[in-house]
Amino acid sequence: MPEKTIILEAKDITKQFPGVLANDHVDFNLRHGEIHALLGENGAGKTTLMNVLYGLYKPDSGQVSVNGQPIVIHSPKDSIQAGIGMVHQHFMLIPVFSVAENIMLGDETLRYGFVLDQKSVVKRVRELSKQYSLDVDPEAITGELPVGIQQRVEIVKALYRNARILILDEPTAVLTPQEADDLFVIMRELTSRGVSIVFITHKLKEVLAIADRITVMRGGQVVGTVKPKETNEAKLAAMMVGREVILTVEKESANPAGEILKVDALKVRDFRGQEIVHGVSFEIRAGEVLGIAGVQGNGQTELVEALTGLRSVVGGRMWFSGKDMTGKSPRPVTETGMAHIPEDRQRHGLVLSFPVADNLVLNTYYRSPFGIWGVMIPQAIDANARKLIEDFDVRTPSPYVPVKKLSGGNQQKVIVARELSHNVKLIIANQPTRGLDVGSIEYIHKEIIIMRDRGVAVLLVSAELDEIMALSDRIAVMYRGQIVTTVEAATATREQLGLWMAGAHPEQ
Amino acid sequence: MLVYVLGFLGAVLLGTLAIVFFAVLAGKGKGTGQKSVIPPSAGSPLPTPSSAPTRYTFKSIIFSAVDSLLVPLLAVLTAILLGGIVIAVVGGDPFAAYKGLIQGAFGSAKALSETGVWATPYIFAGLAVAVAFKGGLFNIGAEGQLALGAVVAALIGYALPGWLGFDLPAIIHIPLAIGLGALMGALWAAIPGFLKAYTGGHEVINTIMMNYIALNITSFLMNGPMKDPSPTNVIARTPAIAESARIAPLFEGFRVHWGFILALLVAVLIWLLLQKTTFGFEIRMVGSNPDAAKYAGINVKRTIVLTMALSGLLAGLAGAIEVTALNYRHELGFSMGYGFDAIAIALLGKTNPFGVVIAAILFGAMRNGATRMQFLTMIPVDVISIIQALILLFVAADAIIRYIYRIKARGERVTLTRGWGG
Repeated sequence: MPEKTIILEAKDITKQFPGVLANDHVDFNLRHGEIHALLGENGAGKTTLMNVLYGLYKPDSGQVSVNGQPIVIHSPKDSIQAGIGMVHQHFMLIPVFSVAENIMLGDETLRYGFVLDQKSVVKRVRELSKQYSLDVDPEAITGELPVGIQQRVEIVKALYRNARILILDEPTAVLTPQEADDLFVIMRELTSRGVSIVFITHKLKEVLAIADRITVMRGGQVVGTVKPKETNEAKLAAMMVGREVILTVEKESANPAGEILKVDALKVRDFRGQEIVHGVSFEIRAGEVLGIAGVQGNGQTELVEALTGLRSVVGGRMWFSGKDMTGKSPRPVTETGMAHIPEDRQRHGLVLSFPVADNLVLNTYYRSPFGIWGVMIPQAIDANARKLIEDFDVRTPSPYVPVKKLSGGNQQKVIVARELSHNVKLIIANQPTRGLDVGSIEYIHKEIIIMRDRGVAVLLVSAELDEIMALSDRIAVMYRGQIVTTVEAATATREQLGLWMAGAHPEQ
Repeated sequence: MLVYVLGFLGAVLLGTLAIVFFAVLAGKGKGTGQKSVIPPSAGSPLPTPSSAPTRYTFKSIIFSAVDSLLVPLLAVLTAILLGGIVIAVVGGDPFAAYKGLIQGAFGSAKALSETGVWATPYIFAGLAVAVAFKGGLFNIGAEGQLALGAVVAALIGYALPGWLGFDLPAIIHIPLAIGLGALMGALWAAIPGFLKAYTGGHEVINTIMMNYIALNITSFLMNGPMKDPSPTNVIARTPAIAESARIAPLFEGFRVHWGFILALLVAVLIWLLLQKTTFGFEIRMVGSNPDAAKYAGINVKRTIVLTMALSGLLAGLAGAIEVTALNYRHELGFSMGYGFDAIAIALLGKTNPFGVVIAAILFGAMRNGATRMQFLTMIPVDVISIIQALILLFVAADAIIRYIYRIKARGERVTLTRGWGG
């Protein structure tokens, strides 16, 4: 097959932020009709590069050309003009608008100069949808569509603006495995019709499955560009991290002992007051990891909040360590030995403006040795901070810098260090590695297995099926507020779990 | 002197009572007090690094002080510069004006004394607003809390001996007057605290409303039941308080009084409370991130109520000290604006208790020196209000100052106010 023409080229892009060289003389090109994956850890410079291409950042040096013509991009408007469309990880859609309204937003077609011409938009969207087999109904209300379809709306939006180059930023993060497969089919369909795609991700399997070429970035530089046939997961991971990485979690089989947590028919409401967890029951024994698999938004967040005392329970009971702890507030639950690694680390897990040392005693500050008779003991807090920073390898210049100055991985280590340092019988970890670099993920996975082997019970909630499968001894699948089924991890397959996550009934 | 120390201790005691009262009233969950001691899981005692720098070294304090004072300092300088331009534009001589201002504020023993008199209520009220800010709350109600604190202190001051039928010794009368005044402020502020914590009603709206109620109650009392009955009196004011309820001046012949010393002491105490106690840690945590505070097991609602009560306690103390140490009665309108200036002072002081003291003295000096400035240069005192407004503007919108002087943002930011029910 002859080399196709280069449609988009970035040459020698450098972008300096205060203290960080985000892009260091980066070269990147995209050929006509190919899927070019951009792989790298958080902070590797992928997003900066894409924002340069899309006109959100102005590079300090370098040149972007489209179809061989150097272009100057000042704003997203220029890049749309140049035929570049971007689908962000978080959709830029208004839920109460119809699909057609969302698509015309910012590029409204008018009749008589001031009347919105909805009809022609609907017609055009139907055509596009048919042409690329996207199956998008222009008259549907966007907020009522499944996430996978909303993503297609974003794609149609870009195509509607005549984009010939699509940038997809972590598009599979919000999808089930099946939805991701559907997306890949669509991506192939698009490229066969002459659209070129930049696919940003940190998932190695996907890259190998779909990409024509893979460019790996690390520390603001391009490490190399390879073809999927010439590489494998281990090689890609090593390129991303800069050293050999152990991708599988090494663990012995579990030796579960007595029951630590028992949940019976628990019902929880979400923030709107609607019941979102409909009678969930399970139990976890000491020394085992129970993984809860499921697409985000199926009640996992609310379930965890109810278990940890942050959200009130409307029905059912829970026993923790032999005691009925239904509806108890966070403090007694923590004191009984529950560690909670929260889903949203910056919102619940840390006070960003407080120093690292204070964040390491965030829920133990009031008891000895940190607080005696209502007075904080700085020496004890200092000693604790230095010990945990050392033990958990938290990279921080000092215990007294605000925790917001730390990288995401190190912020998470602060939480893990704090939670695992007190008397723990049960760890509830909700998305413990989301958004972290490979090194930190490796570390946190190892810690969880070490705690399990010490006889601690672990409840792991994650949207990453790979993570669930790597760590769990048993896997419960949650769908629409219920546990569909629970299986032994050893016998579970990705495909089967994916089907259950999408709502298939276990007996079928 | 012993009298005042005891008086102050009495106020603290009564204030603590108020706080305990609210703790009981609001405490639905379990207390945050001492619990059984749970050792760290490692089981071994924590190592104590021999050379580990402790938290607050002299150098770190100086450094952080300079660092956090930079913007306020530049804000003041810029405001004074602009104020000078305003003076020049209206045809005055800015140098003469500022010379008069400085003379009037610091030029003589009497000037210094008067600056101290002005600064005293500013320190208390500034601390009140600052404490609330630390807890993530915007207490605009210091004005009303201060007025009611003054009313109660005056009532106790003039009426209590009559009710009891015998004269009280100063050692009991002074603490009672200022203590109950402070308590009144705490109660009054706790109401919007309650509404915020348990119904989500925003404290900004509710403290403003409570101001109207407080000031109208005061007006009613000053014109009615509590009006000075002496035949010559036509002013809406209370009778003079008994000798036994009066705090003496610091020096014979000057008006500056022991209340100024108490204000400085309270600033130190508030700093200790916020930085060194678990309660202060809770206030700051709720103020910085209420979600994380809830996660950490803090009773967020109770902390909100207690923070408002503590804030009101300090505002009430401001009013009570004005009555017992300066005016020896309460008069309608004497306190107009202290509670509002206090917001500017708290912001200028970056909600740091020592910063508040410095800002309060600065505001006191400007208010005090303005009279002499007007006398010497015929420039109206209103210029000072313009300068103070500019200071507030520059401190609140510190992006302007940071832009002019190219300073990078750093450190903790003050949360002025959150969204509804937030």
